Order: sequence, then structure tokens, then C-alpha cells
Amino acid sequence: MDWITTVDHKKIAVLYLIAGGFFFGIGGIEAILIRIQLMKPMNDFVSAQVFNELITMHGTTMIFLGVMPIIFALMNAVVPLQIGARDVAFPFVNALGFWTFLFGGLLLNLSWLMGGAPDAGWTSYTPLSGSEYSGTHGVDFYTIGLQIAGLGTLIGGINFLATIITMRAPGMSYMRMPMFTWTTFITSAIILFAFPAITVGLVLLTFDRILGANFFDVAGGGNPVLWQHIFWIFGHPEVYILILPAFGIISEVIPTFARKRLFGYSSMVFATILIAFLGFMVWAHHMFTTGLGTVANALFSISTMLIAVPTGIKIFNWLFTMWGGQIRFTAANLFAVGFVPTFVMGGVTGVMLASAPADFQFHDTYFVVAHFHYVIVGGLVLGLFSGLHYWWPKMFGRVLSETLGKWTFWTFMIGFQLTFFVQHFLGLMGMQRRIVTYLPNQDFDLLNLVSSVGAFLMGVGVIMFLVNIVITTRKPVDAPNDPWEDGRTLEWSIPSPPPEYNFKQTPLVRGIDAYWKEKMAGHTEMTPAEPVGSIHMPSATPLPFVMSVGIFIAGLGLMFSKDDFGNAFMNGLFNNYIVVIIGLLITFGAMALRSLYDDHGWHIEPEDQDEKGVRT
Amino acid sequence: MMKQWQVAKRILPLLAVFSLLLSACGREDLSVMKPQGPVAQGQYDLMKLSIAIMIVVLIIVFAIAAYVLIRFRRRAGQNEMPEQVEGNFKLEVIWTAIPLLLVIVLAVPTVKTIFAQGEDLSNDKNAIQVKVTSHQYWWEFTYPQYDVTTAQDLIIPTGKKIAFELKTADVLHSFWVPSLAGKMDTNPDGTLNKFSFSAPNEGVYRGKCAELCGRSHAFMEFKVKAVSQESFDKWVNEMKAPAVLPEDTQLAEKFKTNCLSCHAVGDQGGPVAPNLTGIGGKQSVAGILLNQGEGQEDGNPVLDNMKEWLHDPQSVKPGNTMPNPKDLGLTDEEIDGIAEYLANYKLDYE
Ligand code: HEM
Ligand SMILES: [Cu+2]
Repeated sequence: MDWITTVDHKKIAVLYLIAGGFFFGIGGIEAILIRIQLMKPMNDFVSAQVFNELITMHGTTMIFLGVMPIIFALMNAVVPLQIGARDVAFPFVNALGFWTFLFGGLLLNLSWLMGGAPDAGWTSYTPLSGSEYSGTHGVDFYTIGLQIAGLGTLIGGINFLATIITMRAPGMSYMRMPMFTWTTFITSAIILFAFPAITVGLVLLTFDRILGANFFDVAGGGNPVLWQHIFWIFGHPEVYILILPAFGIISEVIPTFARKRLFGYSSMVFATILIAFLGFMVWAHHMFTTGLGTVANALFSISTMLIAVPTGIKIFNWLFTMWGGQIRFTAANLFAVGFVPTFVMGGVTGVMLASAPADFQFHDTYFVVAHFHYVIVGGLVLGLFSGLHYWWPKMFGRVLSETLGKWTFWTFMIGFQLTFFVQHFLGLMGMQRRIVTYLPNQDFDLLNLVSSVGAFLMGVGVIMFLVNIVITTRKPVDAPNDPWEDGRTLEWSIPSPPPEYNFKQTPLVRGIDAYWKEKMAGHTEMTPAEPVGSIHMPSATPLPFVMSVGIFIAGLGLMFSKDDFGNAFMNGLFNNYIVVIIGLLITFGAMALRSLYDDHGWHIEPEDQDEKGVRT
Repeated sequence: MMKQWQVAKRILPLLAVFSLLLSACGREDLSVMKPQGPVAQGQYDLMKLSIAIMIVVLIIVFAIAAYVLIRFRRRAGQNEMPEQVEGNFKLEVIWTAIPLLLVIVLAVPTVKTIFAQGEDLSNDKNAIQVKVTSHQYWWEFTYPQYDVTTAQDLIIPTGKKIAFELKTADVLHSFWVPSLAGKMDTNPDGTLNKFSFSAPNEGVYRGKCAELCGRSHAFMEFKVKAVSQESFDKWVNEMKAPAVLPEDTQLAEKFKTNCLSCHAVGDQGGPVAPNLTGIGGKQSVAGILLNQGEGQEDGNPVLDNMKEWLHDPQSVKPGNTMPNPKDLGLTDEEIDGIAEYLANYKLDYE
């Protein structure tokens, strides 16, 4: 119950982590099933229909429901602490963001149980995703589930923007913010601009499918290429929503374990902003073969290649952060160090793809599958593992086993390289992506087998991580404030886990790496910026949960509004939009309650301010 | 063009090693790395240039990383704080400038190739015009200059430029012959795509659909057969010759009523399904069941493939729209009879 009503950013972080981990597991199982099917030519482990559902759900689940929430988990856990805040700007809204995300994700995955998952690829290109060619409810689950989950993401992004703009501790100017906070800030800005595009796209597709509109239907005067533009105007920035937080994590972990401040801080900030900006200008590089014409292809080729410049800046800055430092190879740092070359691999193939005539050959082949997994798995997932090992003690008060962590790293890393390196060659040898099987004797057999074996190894790596969590959870909560001893940012100046109110007294920030600066000055604590006093806290409330349940019910109702249940009562309920109305009533009712009753929260008085962390 | 390649010369040795390495794998009729025509060659050259540049980048980054990781690991008893370096303006400018330079080296030939290969040949009298129409899950090829339509096997004369106009009859597909040229999507009317390639050498090249198009996306393959100009002319004539029907008149009647309502042979039948003229001599049945022949190690006798298809089209290509002949009321013997007739229906043009 406590977990359903919580509005504490630290608990919401844990909720995001659990939910993200759950969906990541589902996406991982789907990946393994895909790789079993492709292990040998003309395999019939799954049918063609199930295969298309597997790739669609694997991609959709991983991107929207697997890694995004884990990113949000880390942001929620860390950002308020890094800027010296007691919570996020809108704790109620933060909880609402989580619950809408969760119910959207659950709705999407219900499709496996309710007559067919979406099967048109995670990009859901029309007309294949239209009701004429995708007759089950699969794509409806996609449009409505993602719509609801996307709402949560958008809410979360806006909340972080407001938090970072308004709640920084005294002295923390923008150019003193830790890099992870910076990338959270920029990521949230991208979310703010990119998610409305997919929202509109999903609404239009829902209209086409459920209400018979013609936005993408040629016969009705629509245009299927329009969907591609809308999708990628969102979809390309989405890639940066995923990778920028990983950049942030790496920029925290590497300095800590090299015992040096980040090299070229201001150029890092500048590069991050530039990447975000360019990220919006290059969407059509996903559409070179759509027939945009030579001029458009030339322009988008060049703008895409330009992203290599800020990315290069970052890579070299990380390398030179370590230069002259004293590097410790903890599990967290292994993942961070492993990230650098792997991500560079993904980056260089990206530049290769940007060359439009060459992309005519690469596009929609396994070369692309290899490229984006190098970026998303080799970049983001390694980054997330690094961040989780790094901040675990701060979140839970227990340090993860280093030995198991190192084992996780090596198994995962070797498995990863085996899986995806060979796929570059498969693509060049003529293997297109999203195919359920392939003919023998095309030189595809051996490399596909290698790729599948690698995938199993990655699976083993992930299981080791889970085992590590289970073992660690049994240990006593005894992590010190600064378990890595070289913590540089504010979160390491308070207990692990932090007390409910984070900072008893808001700290005064005197420079970049505020806590490290105090330590160097011989202090053990931050200098406070205010006297000890009563701390205002927001009240716990179940309303965000209730509102999300309402949206979930409305979504289901809309989806089945045209169905014949063979039962007059059910037909009456659904076909007259009664279910939709009930769902919306629940949501709006909860909103009304929230606005009508003023809740001023409560206070923790100085005598109750127990310095020890209060959560597990 | 040449000037830009001058820059690439420095990395030429690397380039040589890599083209060797790359071209070591893949089939000639299928691999991007063994281009068999000028368009694919141009694209492959760009790929080699970009791979060479990227290898250089990788080597530099990996070398620095390895050095740093070995040289600067923390040793036991090392406790003094390392110097906290803020950054270095000069270094940072250098690693902004170098990627920019590399990008320019790649961008210039890229743009040139884009414009060179984007030429519109749809009014070129010397080019063979081909209208490609993709269907779930088969390919239709129409030659408007010759008034000929065929399916699955695209026959072209060697050396001639083939100017394509692409469209789809249903969902999006993508037309791809890796060893001859990169892919191009087939969009619905209103957004037709054009492109062209040519094949200097005789041979059969494998083509694939590269855009997820439904359940049998993986099975939507086709072949491009490049033959001499004379053979091509002969083929056109054979295609235009009157239809050959089964000798057994009863079977012929069954074939007409049940199959020719959608398919066509010669001058008879309809355009709804793949044209069957000369199907016995094609490279495959339904694009995916390879017939025995050159370069098709796993090919089965065409009669076997034909029977497999006609006895259960759904198991070969799930989701395709051909009705099962059994459901049309044909007996097993009749189906075998039609299979035999079709397997023997070959055009003599080579
Ligand atoms: C165990 C690790 C993973 C393995 C073995 C794996 C494997 C695969 C395979 C074989 C495909 C299908 C390629 C095709 O035919 O189109 C695929 C597609 C995809 N994967 Fe993964 N993957 C893994 C992890 C991830 C992660 C962590 C993400 C993202 C966060 C991800 C994102 C995607 C996306 C977006 C697609 C495209 C789906 C589509 O075509 O609609 N994968 N993956
Ligand atoms: Cu297709």
C-alpha cells in the first residue's frame, strides 16, 4: 500500500526500476526466442506470424518499456540528490507519470494473452499496420498502450525540467551541475519536443484503425509516407533520449574511479546540447530508400554525419579524463570503460550508414541491426549496468557484490560482441532484417549460429546480475555515505540510503564537484546554506494510481468498442462506449478530488530528523 | 571525383587489406561485397572509403584507450590526489577539427554519388523500361516497350541500363538485388520511385524484399537473370507467342476455369496473380522453392517444387492469397496433372 501511494522520488525510482526490470526481462526472453528461431536455416521453432509479433514486441518493449524506465529510475534516484533538492518539483505528478507508464506497458503486453500481439514492427509502418492488413487487435494494443505509456514519459520529462530549473541548491549554477543532471535536463527537453510528435501519430493511426479515418490510406487520399515522417521525427530524437543519459552516467563514473575531474566539462555540455539539436535535424536518414529525392538525401546525409563531431568530442574527453588519473576497475567502472570502445563501434557504423548511396545497401539489413544494438545495448545497456552498480549503494544502502559484478561484465560483454559483431557481415552478405528464416547455403548459417550462442551468453550475464541483486538484498544495510571513497557530487555527502527529506539542511555549492571540493578543503560534510528547521513534505496519495487505472480501462474500452462479444450485455457495454466513459469518469473524478481538496502536506520537525536512511 | 580519392590514398594499404577481407565472404550473386554492376560498385566504393576512415578512427581510439587503461591504473599505496585538470583548449579544438575533416572527406564523394546515381532514365530510349509492382508476396515485372509482363524472374539484357519504376499494389515492400544495386522502396501510387541499374555479365542474381510486409516477408524473393541481347529478344518473342495449354482437353478446361481466373499464360487469363508463361523454366517456384540448376545447390526438380506448391500454398508462403487448389474442387490427380504441365512449360530462348 505504501508503494501505491508514495510520492517520494526515491521510492518512485525503485518502482521504475522494478517495472523496467520486469519489461526488460520480457523483451530479453523475446530476443532469445528470436535468436533460437534464427539459429539455423529453415527453422520452424515459431511460425511466421509469431515471429513478426516477437520482433515487434521485442523492439517496442525494449525501447519504451525496458530501458526508458530504468533510465527514469536512475534519474529519479539521483538527480534531486545531485542538485541538493528535497524532492522533484511535482511529486504528485511524478507518481502519476510512473503509474501511467506502468499501465500503458501492461496494456501493451496484455496483447499476448488477448488474441494477438502487434505484428507490424516497432516502427508500425502503414499500410501494413492499418486495419486492412493487420486485422487483429495487435496494433491497437500498440497505439493505445504506447499512447498511455508515452503520457507517463512526457509527464516525467516535464517534471525533471521543472525540477532542474527551479530546485538547485544555492550556488549550483548551470555550469556547476553534474553531467548526469545535465544530460537528464537535455533528455527531458528532447522528450518535451519529440513525444508530442508520436502522440499525434498514434492518435492519427488510432483514428484510421478504430474510427475509419484516412490519414494514411491512399485510397482515401492519405499518404503512408506521412506516417514515416511523423514516426521518425519522434523516433530519431528518441535514440538520443536513450543515449544521452548513458553519456551522463559514464561522465560520472569515469571521473570517480579515475579520481580526476571530468576533462573539458564545458565542451561536454556544449556537445550534449549540439547532439540534441542535431538529433532533430536528421530523421530522414531512416528514409533514404523511401524516395525523398537526391537533394533531400544529400542534405540529410551531411547533417547526420555532423553528429560525429560532438560525439567525438565526448569520447576524447572521457579518454583524457582517465589520462594521468588513478583508475580503479570496480564493476561499475568496468562497464563504463567497456562502454567507450563499444559505443565508438556503434558510432562509426552510424557514420557509414549516413552515406545515402551506401545506405541503399545497408538499410533494413542485419548491418543495421548490428549498428543499433551496438548503440543501444553496447552503449545504453552497458551504461545502465554501470550506473546501477555505481548508485546501488546510494539507492539501497548495500554495495553489490564486486566479484559477481565483474563476472556479469565479462559474460555480458563477450556475449554481446559475439552476438552483434558478426551481424555486420550478415547484412553485407545480403541478409535482410525481420525475416523469420533464410535458405541454406547462402553463407548465413555459421554466423547466425555464432550470433545465437552470443545471445545465450548475454542472457547468462543478465541472470548473474539478478543473482547479485538477490544476494545483496540479504546483506545488512551498512553502506557508508561515500562507499567509493572518491565520490565527487552531492549525493555522496548524505547517508545511504538518504533520509526521506534527503538533505537536513540544503547544502551550499561552491564549485563543480561540490562534495569533492569540500573534502579537499578538509571537511567531511557540506556547508549548509540554511539553519536546521522544520521540513515540509508532500502527502502520500493513491490518486495517481487511480487516475492511471481509469485511463487503462478507457483504453481497453476504446479498443474493443467495435467488437461483437456474442453477448448482448458485453456488446452494450463496449459498443456504446460505456466502458470508455466509466474509465474516463474514474480519471476525471480523481482529478476533481485532487483539485477540490487542498492538501498542504506535513512537516518533519527538527527533533524527528533522524539522520539515518529510512528505506530499504 | 578523382581528387577526393587522392585523400583516400594514404589509407590505401588498409583499404586493400580490407577489401580482401570483406570480399572473402558472401556469394557472388548475393553479397554486397561482390558487386556485379556499376551501381553496386559505386556504392561499394563508398563503403570501402567509409570503412577505411572508420578503421583509422577505431585504431586511434582503441590505442589511446589501451594506453590509458594500462598506464594509469591505480597501484597499491598510491594515495596522493592526481592533478585535477580542467581541460585543454588546444586539444579540444583538435578533436573537434579532426572528425570534421574526416566527415568532409566522406561527405564529398557521398554527395557526388547521390547525384550521379539519382539520374532519371524514364525517358531514355536506350534504356529498358521496367515497371515493378510488388504484391504480398510476389513481384510483377512489366515491360511497357514490349508489352510483356512476367513475375518472380526479371529477365534483362546484359550491358543495357534498366530503368525501373516501382510501385506496390498493397503494403510497402522494398526492391533489392544486393550484388547489382541498393534497395528502393515500393510505395503506392502517387509516390512512385525510380532508379536504375545494369548488369554487364550474364548470370542469375538473387533479389529480396527488404521491407517488412507481413507473414511471408522472408519468402518474398526473386531472381534477376541477365542474358545476351539476342536471348532477351528471343525471350520477348516467346513471351508474346500464343499460350500453350495442357494437351488433355479436360485438364485444360479445369486449368482455364480454376487458374486462369487470376493467372495468365501467354495471351489468356488475368493479371491478378503471377503470370505463368514459361514457368517451368524459371529459377524457382513461388520465388522461394529453388529449382535445380546453376548456382542452386539446394534446388529440387521443378516438378517436385510445383507439386509442393500446388498441394498446399499456405505452408510454403503463409498468408499468401492464392486459394488451395483442393478447395477449388481439384482432385489430387488433376493437381499433379497441372503441376506436370506447368513444370514442362518452358520457353526456349537461351
Ligand atoms: C539480449 C539482448 C538482445 C538480443 C539478443 C537482441 C536481438 C535482436 C534481434 C535478433 C532482433 C531482430 C532483428 C530483425 O530481424 O529485425 C532485434 C530487433 C530489435 N532489437 Fe534487439 N536484442 C537484444 C537487446 C535489445 C535491447 C536492449 C534493445 C533496446 C533497448 C533492443 C532493441 C531492438 C529493436 C528496436 C529491434 C527492432 C525491432 C523491429 O524490427 O521492429 N534489443 N533484436
Ligand atoms: Cu515484401
